[in-house]
Amino acid sequence: MAEHAHPTPKLYFIIFITLAFFTCATWAIAFLDLGIFNPIVALAIACTKATLVILFFMHIRYSDRLTMLTVSLGFFWLMILITLSLSDYLSRTLLVR
Amino acid sequence: MSTSDTTATGDQAALETTSSEHHPALAHQFDSMAQQQGAATFGMWVFLLTEIMMFGGLFTAYLIYRIKYYPAFVAGSTSISVSWGFTNTLVLIASSFTMAMAVWSAHTGKRKPLVGFLIATMILGAVFLGIKGKEYYDKYDECHIPGHVIGKGFNAWGGCSVQNPGLGNIAQEIVEHAKESGETIPLPSAEQTARQTEIFFSFYFLMTGLHAFHMIIGMLLMTWLLLRARRGDFGPSYYTPVELGGLYWHFVDIVWIYLFPLLYLISRHKGAA
Amino acid sequence: MSTATTAIKPIMPAKHFLNDNYGIRSWLLTKDHKRIAILYLVSITFFFFMGGLFAALIRLELLTPQGDLFTSDTYNKLFSMHGINMVFFFLVPSIPATLGNFVLPIMLGAKDLAFPKINLLSWYIYIFAAFFSLATMVSGGVDTGWTFYTPLSSGFLHTHVALMAVGVIFAGFSSIFTGLNFIVTVHRMRAPGMTWGRLPLFVWSNYATSLIMVLATPVLAITLILLALERTFHIGVFDPRYGGDPVLFQHMFWFYSHPAVYIMILPGMGVISELITCFSRKRVFGYSFVAFSSIAIAVFGFLVWAHHMFVAGISQYSAMVFSLLSMAVAIPSAVKVFNWTATMYKGSISLDTPMLYALGFIGLFTIGGLTGIMLAALGMDVHVHDTYFVIAHFHYVMVGGMVTAYLGGLHFWWPKITGRMYPEAPAKLAAIITFIGFNLTFFPQFVLGYLGMPRRYHAYPPEFQVLNVLSSAGASVLAIGFILPAIYFLWSLKYGAIAGDNPWQATGLEWQTTSPPPTHNFHEVPVVTTRPYNYGAQQEVTVVH
Repeated sequence: MAEHAHPTPKLYFIIFITLAFFTCATWAIAFLDLGIFNPIVALAIACTKATLVILFFMHIRYSDRLTMLTVSLGFFWLMILITLSLSDYLSRTLLVR
Repeated sequence: MSTSDTTATGDQAALETTSSEHHPALAHQFDSMAQQQGAATFGMWVFLLTEIMMFGGLFTAYLIYRIKYYPAFVAGSTSISVSWGFTNTLVLIASSFTMAMAVWSAHTGKRKPLVGFLIATMILGAVFLGIKGKEYYDKYDECHIPGHVIGKGFNAWGGCSVQNPGLGNIAQEIVEHAKESGETIPLPSAEQTARQTEIFFSFYFLMTGLHAFHMIIGMLLMTWLLLRARRGDFGPSYYTPVELGGLYWHFVDIVWIYLFPLLYLISRHKGAA
Repeated sequence: MSTATTAIKPIMPAKHFLNDNYGIRSWLLTKDHKRIAILYLVSITFFFFMGGLFAALIRLELLTPQGDLFTSDTYNKLFSMHGINMVFFFLVPSIPATLGNFVLPIMLGAKDLAFPKINLLSWYIYIFAAFFSLATMVSGGVDTGWTFYTPLSSGFLHTHVALMAVGVIFAGFSSIFTGLNFIVTVHRMRAPGMTWGRLPLFVWSNYATSLIMVLATPVLAITLILLALERTFHIGVFDPRYGGDPVLFQHMFWFYSHPAVYIMILPGMGVISELITCFSRKRVFGYSFVAFSSIAIAVFGFLVWAHHMFVAGISQYSAMVFSLLSMAVAIPSAVKVFNWTATMYKGSISLDTPMLYALGFIGLFTIGGLTGIMLAALGMDVHVHDTYFVIAHFHYVMVGGMVTAYLGGLHFWWPKITGRMYPEAPAKLAAIITFIGFNLTFFPQFVLGYLGMPRRYHAYPPEFQVLNVLSSAGASVLAIGFILPAIYFLWSLKYGAIAGDNPWQATGLEWQTTSPPPTHNFHEVPVVTTRPYNYGAQQEVTVVH
């Protein structure tokens, strides 16, 4: 695998500021009552932050397809573990009278 | 950007075998530095894949208990300091920034900035661990260490006893609060709720503990990289260890990015800051 | 050019990987994947015989309906240690760490694996884990079953569960590093011209196995860590007395352990692909289908784990979904069996020992696989869960499948590894004895299970005795079948006929180098220009000078 393009320090700094901003956002939003959306928003922000770190700090944006596939595979596999396990727990009281 | 899937790259590797100069860091099983760096980076990503699955197992268990014992988890979450957690998140993100800058310095051959950024990363990492230590001590002080529920369980910490049931206080609060808000579902007893809150704290210590363990390993890695960087081992033609160290460090940061909302921000709007 | 060597006497090369360096340090600090393969070979053979010893004691006890030889607690320890040793210390590393380690880089045309030092580390981690297993055995063993179910394992037993769990965790790390190494090697270290479509099917199978190792084993690690912590600190994660959920343990345990059984069959399937094609002198029928079926098995294998939990208290809807998925996972395996059979059709079959094992595999694996589908059906499973039917099923696939393939592969590549041929007549005899002994041991167990004999019991109703005696008799025959190769393989090291580069006239890069190979595998970098399994055509693999 040969050299790939690198982000500049300026871009790194912008990403850092963005991440800090999202951190403040998630902290502030936690104190608002959004009902069922609180955990959803919190996780969405966390996923956004993680994506930024992966794409830019970890250079995925500039990497080959294999590396991108590897990362996606990891998260996809974790989703299998979570969803199929949860599908048992959540369906136990489904349609039970 | 090419993969090794085509004959062309294979030929390129074969061609590079015939080149007379061998970089001192080239291992015998590789034909070129490019192949070695590609393999090393890919290998680190596969390793991070295993880490995702390991933390993932913990996250799955956590998720299931959070759904099962939600009020207890809210209470537990409220009792840990969101300010420290928030600060720690910023600290770790900053350390990711300095780490990315360190990799950039290595790649552009700037030795002094590389050393500087590595040191900055380590300082921020130490700050993170220090804050974590303080948080753990606070939990010990308040008798929120798992195994203390109502006199049962592991008791080597001293300090906590049946007279100061710690979690029992939180449990009592939850039960009273639920009664006041007129919830009609059958309430668990205070003891049950205390046990459930204990499970929250088990996950708190397990998840942040495993994370902290990885941070400590990261610090050791940084130390090794720092020593090599000071010696001048890294430059534009060879900086793979720094890049791999960076990938590891960023991964540990990502785990915390998820840990912070999952542990510290459960229904904060209901409880005190 | 043709590689017919009947007129030429095979010779042993003067310098090869075995005599390149002498001394214990050159072995214990080696980075050569071939030497590491042999280190693993010795280690796992030890555990195979340990596990076999426990099996012998089990079958001895089950000769009589009463629990007269051992107490029930001791019997629990016997089957637990049998399972743990066989699964974690023999089967999971078996083909990948021995044959895979040895042959995979050579098949790719590489000089070594991507990370030789990590390869050696993975062996040391295995040995470290092995010490934990031995320590547990010496201090009385565990009696939880290899499945470590809670709450029995998390709070009710006084045996060294945590100690054993740590051993298994480290064995898991060893396999993670092996898998990681294989994945990177296959992606990044192929010789010029070796495209994905030219890879031997053994490589495809080991690659798929490595994917499973890397994705599933970490979950086992964290599950056992949690179990050990539960036992020591009562954190309440699995023990209902502290608010924990025992079914969660099963979910997390089987998330690894079901894909683990595919770790314990896929490499065997890879070996069989190599054997069938070589000994039918014919290209594999449907190469792409066989290759992709390995990946399909790896992927589907992750979606079916709760079929071990049908009666554990999971929801009915969840059970139905898992039952359906479990039937689907049989499809890629069936694809392989059909393709192997089609490969043999109108081929030129030679019944050398490896082929005898391969033929045995096809029959026995089919029986094991079909009974697996029976178990996937919810209604049937409720009837035979935790009976000898399940035991017979998994021994058909693991022993009739994987161990048979392992022995076949060992015989096939033995000349390549050692430069010597094993003696053919005793080898054929051993193969037949193994086949007979195996069926005599395990077929009666299908009947026993269906009639209702539960597993993990050291006493049983007297009407089951005849079948149990048959099974134990079969076990003695099987033992002979396993001991014979140990003897004649060792014999062949000194007295076996010199094999030469390619005693089987097989295709594949490993047969283009000397037997044994030089330390760097090839004297010149090979370039691949033909499709794999080019039997029947002129050999066109050239070597770049």
